[in-house]
Amino acid sequence: MCASGKYSSRGPALIPRMKTKHRIYYITLFSVVLLGLIATGMFQFWPHSIESTADWGLDRRSVHDAPLIRLPVSNPIPERGDLSCRMHTCFDVYRCGYNPKNRIKVYIYPLQRFVDEVGVPISSTGLSREYNNLLSAISDSEFYTDDVTRACLFVPSIDVLNQNSLRIRETAQALAMLPRWDKGMNHLLFNMLPGGPPDYNTALDVPRDRALLAGGGFSTWTYRQGYDVSIPVYSPLSADVELPERQPGPRRYFILSSQTAIHREYRAELERLKEENGEALLLLDKCSNLSQGVASARKRCYKGQVFDYPQILQESSFCVVLRGARLGQATLSDVLQAGCVPVILADSYILPFSEVLDWKRASVVIPEEKLPEMYTILKSIPHRQVEEMQRQARWFWDAYFSSMKAIGMTTLQIINDRIYPYAACTYEQWNNPPLVKWSSVNSPLFLPLIPPRSPGFTAVVLTYDRIESLFRVITEISKVPSLAKLLVVWNNQNKSPPEGEKKFKCPECTAIDGLSLDQTHMVERSECINKFASVFGTMPLKVVEHRADPVLYKDDFPEKLKSFPNIGSL
Amino acid sequence: MQAKKRYLILLSAGTCLVLLFYFGGVQLPSSGRNRHDRSHNGYRPDQPWPHFSDPLQQFLLWDQPDTEEYNIHISPRQKRDVNTSVYKGKRCRMDSCFDFSACKRNDFKVYVYPQQKGEKISESYQNILSIVEGSRFYTTDPGQACLFILSLDTLDRDSLSPQYVHNLKTKVQNLHLWNNGRNHLIFNLYSGTWPDYTEDLGFDIGQAMLAKASISTEIFRPNFDVSIPLFSKEHPRTGGDRGYLKYNSIPPFRKYMLVFKGKRYLTGIGSDTRNALYHVHNQEDVVLLTTCKHGKDWQKHKDARCEKDNAEYDKYDYREMLHNSTFCLVPRGRRLGSFRFLEALQAACVPVMLSNGWELPFSEIINWNTAAVIGDERLLLQIPSTVRSIHQDKILALRQQTQFLWEAYFSSVEKIVLTTLEIIQDRVLQQESRSTLMWNSHPGGLFALPQYSAHLGDFPFYYATLGIKPYPKFTAVIHAVTPLVSQSQPILKLLVSVAKSQYCAQIIVLWNCDKPLPAKHRWPATSVPVIVIEGENKVMSSRFLPYETIVTDAVLSLDEDTVLSTTEVDFAFTVWQSFPERLVGYPARSHFWDSNKERWGYTSKWTNDYSMVLTGAAIYHRYYHFLYTNFLPASLKGMVDQLANCEDILMNFLVSAVTKLPPIKVTQKKQYKETMMGQVCVNLTNDLFERWHPMTSSRASRWADPDHFAQRQTCMNKFANWFGGMPLVHSQMRLDPVLFKDQVSILRKKYRDIERL
Repeated sequence: MCASGKYSSRGPALIPRMKTKHRIYYITLFSVVLLGLIATGMFQFWPHSIESTADWGLDRRSVHDAPLIRLPVSNPIPERGDLSCRMHTCFDVYRCGYNPKNRIKVYIYPLQRFVDEVGVPISSTGLSREYNNLLSAISDSEFYTDDVTRACLFVPSIDVLNQNSLRIRETAQALAMLPRWDKGMNHLLFNMLPGGPPDYNTALDVPRDRALLAGGGFSTWTYRQGYDVSIPVYSPLSADVELPERQPGPRRYFILSSQTAIHREYRAELERLKEENGEALLLLDKCSNLSQGVASARKRCYKGQVFDYPQILQESSFCVVLRGARLGQATLSDVLQAGCVPVILADSYILPFSEVLDWKRASVVIPEEKLPEMYTILKSIPHRQVEEMQRQARWFWDAYFSSMKAIGMTTLQIINDRIYPYAACTYEQWNNPPLVKWSSVNSPLFLPLIPPRSPGFTAVVLTYDRIESLFRVITEISKVPSLAKLLVVWNNQNKSPPEGEKKFKCPECTAIDGLSLDQTHMVERSECINKFASVFGTMPLKVVEHRADPVLYKDDFPEKLKSFPNIGSL
Repeated sequence: MQAKKRYLILLSAGTCLVLLFYFGGVQLPSSGRNRHDRSHNGYRPDQPWPHFSDPLQQFLLWDQPDTEEYNIHISPRQKRDVNTSVYKGKRCRMDSCFDFSACKRNDFKVYVYPQQKGEKISESYQNILSIVEGSRFYTTDPGQACLFILSLDTLDRDSLSPQYVHNLKTKVQNLHLWNNGRNHLIFNLYSGTWPDYTEDLGFDIGQAMLAKASISTEIFRPNFDVSIPLFSKEHPRTGGDRGYLKYNSIPPFRKYMLVFKGKRYLTGIGSDTRNALYHVHNQEDVVLLTTCKHGKDWQKHKDARCEKDNAEYDKYDYREMLHNSTFCLVPRGRRLGSFRFLEALQAACVPVMLSNGWELPFSEIINWNTAAVIGDERLLLQIPSTVRSIHQDKILALRQQTQFLWEAYFSSVEKIVLTTLEIIQDRVLQQESRSTLMWNSHPGGLFALPQYSAHLGDFPFYYATLGIKPYPKFTAVIHAVTPLVSQSQPILKLLVSVAKSQYCAQIIVLWNCDKPLPAKHRWPATSVPVIVIEGENKVMSSRFLPYETIVTDAVLSLDEDTVLSTTEVDFAFTVWQSFPERLVGYPARSHFWDSNKERWGYTSKWTNDYSMVLTGAAIYHRYYHFLYTNFLPASLKGMVDQLANCEDILMNFLVSAVTKLPPIKVTQKKQYKETMMGQVCVNLTNDLFERWHPMTSSRASRWADPDHFAQRQTCMNKFANWFGGMPLVHSQMRLDPVLFKDQVSILRKKYRDIERL
């Protein structure tokens, strides 16, 4: 794409100096060409510009154009989420149906602006940038359908990502007003910041009947296993900051704590750890003396020393992700992006996408109570494991955390996997980074089996026209007791295979096959190997120096007592 | 000229303008057209979610976390305590109902209450208790215990059952260690009774964990309870039969596509699905049979289809169908789980689950999508087309996974119980727990101990899966038992020839001799470091201790009197690199079933096959040192130490139990041909030439002891008893260098020394 665009941007040719005589002629010619160009330009431009303005109009659509819906106070409120909900009890699987692609259809409600009776909106922020991105991604994906009757899953356009900006009761009423709400069946809500002061519930407080919740910050008590989806808290830095992937390996610091909102009890414990282990720990806090502004989110300080955030995360092997008021922390995303191994201290927290992701390979989870032992615990992890976790952490971010689109698609895929479990993505597909996917070997016959002799084997003989040689092979091979079947592939269009029951005798034919001595034959085979290797993108063949022989092969031992006495007699 | 110049400038300016306009003009409509085309040729008719151009707010404000921090005054410690008091009973989790402080780090011990007189205990529960008592988790000291198991039989809580234990409530309350069930584990197979089959156990379990069969997702407390499979009284205590899949057939289809044969309940709980099965029965490859004939008064409830169904039912044999079907339907019965599930799993008949709300056995660790088809009772009619849509490759994989899971976690009561304990141990130790990959791939979680390393690449099993290779060097461990008196002793020769190997990283001499360590200068100078370690208690098992000084993945284990050339070592190591999970050795031995004595026999005769290689000269992964030391029971290791014999047999048993494969014999120099042949021809029954070199004859050695052979016979039978079967596997293959004894110039051979006499 990028490369093809470069050719069209060449400037016009220079007008050369020339004699006056010819000038007029050239000018005329030039004018004609110009006129032609203008005409073409007009022709190209005008008919489409009508369409394009229509498109522009669509793109320039404002959220303020969305229809305004007034919610009467008396409108019904959905029930609180039912904790016993599971896919087989609260989800209508008939809507998803059977389809050859094994893919669910997702419908998005058109945007509406809900206000209460006096005209106050139900949300202080309205549609957020992130939720807009999420819905765009879904609508651009293969999951999307605009046919509400064919949909399996419904996504409201009411933004509930951040509970803080919501009016709980009115939001619930708005949900209940959705035309297909039907007790929230098959509805999916996305929420990243649940709960509010002082208790900070770990799931969205908006009553929502049976709706599925994709929530950031679930605890084991609010998460309905196999029904809800635990999602990360999206970090806005993901879009703003580009951190190049770093090679795994040791870093300047061993442990880094970068969060600014850490409870003082925990901060005291971290400081104690810092005292004990010195330079290995870097304990950052917000900067107090910086000039106010957005930039403060991008700076961290330690005793007056200012560090760039999140860049500093790349300088540490492990990065602490402590619970705050909520269990889910946006810091987790930053840490993963930096390829720093997250040390998660948030008791009862359900890790993002834990239904499919193997967090053991990318993080260390430590009970909050064991914070004082954190250093010893981390020190006991082998270096090679730390490196693998660094790589894995970055890969998790790339694949599942990096954008609202990634988060949305992962969520839908998880639900899709539940509805079509026989077509679900495998553990390897979810967890193996591309590097491992490339280099790993997964044998389709992975079970360690030593098959019995009884079923025997099938011999497949490819032949062209050397009948005598064929007969010799057949005669010899048919003496083998384990031979179950012999299949001759006649690879010759010009002749038909010999018919009838031939008696296979070993004819006197030349013992040595001249073919493999042929020089051109060898050259051809080398070419084949090179061609295949280039198609595979790598050389899959492996060299070994051993050969399998019978146990007593060539041993000084009576031949008649050997199971395979004749091997190697040639 | 002036006018003309002006004219020219005007013209060129005009040209530029027009060109700009032209290109700009072309660009706009073309991008518009692209968008337009996409929406027409794509899979959807219109752009559904508009691209809003307004500047939208972010959902998370920069300073929000900070401001929220001011809202929490409650200390995190208090908050944890609140959780502990709030989340009880049905909301129990490890965080709220389990006392981690009782489990000291790296020490997961299980206490079993002493059995009370007069308490009857079913055979199954007796088995469970004796397995726990025989496991490495067992402790007799409740003060040391992390987990408690009742000696009161809680397996059958169906009040109509003869096994039902009455007054359990009072009996449990009277236990002085009960502590409201904290850190207790309760095993249960059946709960509730006709007609509603609730999952109530009939007594208050307090904060105890449940290891329960047929548990529903509603009752199941994630990461707290353990779902176990329903197993019968006849389920073997240890060992257990292997899976029925003996070889892979391709294409993987069997005679039937989908089968079921079982009771139909007509009414009541769990009857709906089985009543509807006849809709998908086609008498050909989908054979779903039900019978109404069960219970005393089936005639009373029978419906119009019963007679026809019963007749069809009798035409087929359950076993025949089980073994000849690609998929087996496992619908719920009165309870959610059924024996059929394990039967199908063992028979390599891929289970098709129709049991909505059943928390599948060991769901916490097993990824069932890789071994079963999870159906939905509501979509019964789609099941045939669903299973038909599954690709052959997937069927092949599913079928193999049934066999892996069966053998790893289900084939005996012991495996079921140990898996349950290991799952809980993983939760308790947290850092030292298994990843999903370890549980779901060969050899499974019971053989892959997370205490060994957190890094998958440190185990011998996952190299291919992770696309990595073992470390390309080995550590030699020489077991020294005789004092160093002369400079011509074999151990010194051995040291020199091993050190010359290009793959040797270091040599460890394990000094298991009563005499003090020889002075440093007495060891020959070598290019690799030689580390001398004083053996712990000077016992046999110390040669397999997981010494921290072993830094390489490969270990070359050696007896002090072994005679090996550098070439032999080099070749064996290159073989091991291809088979890092197996034992690679030189002299081999074999086992056989002695039907006269009805016991296992041991032979060192030259035969056409073998099942063991001697560890006096063998290469294997260092993980097996850890496994030998930490997995095997003290009773077996003690026996080895006491006899100062059989340690190699035990190691062979262990590795074959893990890999399900035979060891690998590589070729070796035939040095003492005549002695050897002489012995073979005489066909000695005892084992005087246990070793392949005559060093033994010159001095009193354990190998020359006539009891030695008899001991090894006894060892084999003891070991087989503990493993619950014979794990050794025979092989007829020896690995030789590629040109070995071929009639080509010896100069072309890389390992030519092996052929030289």
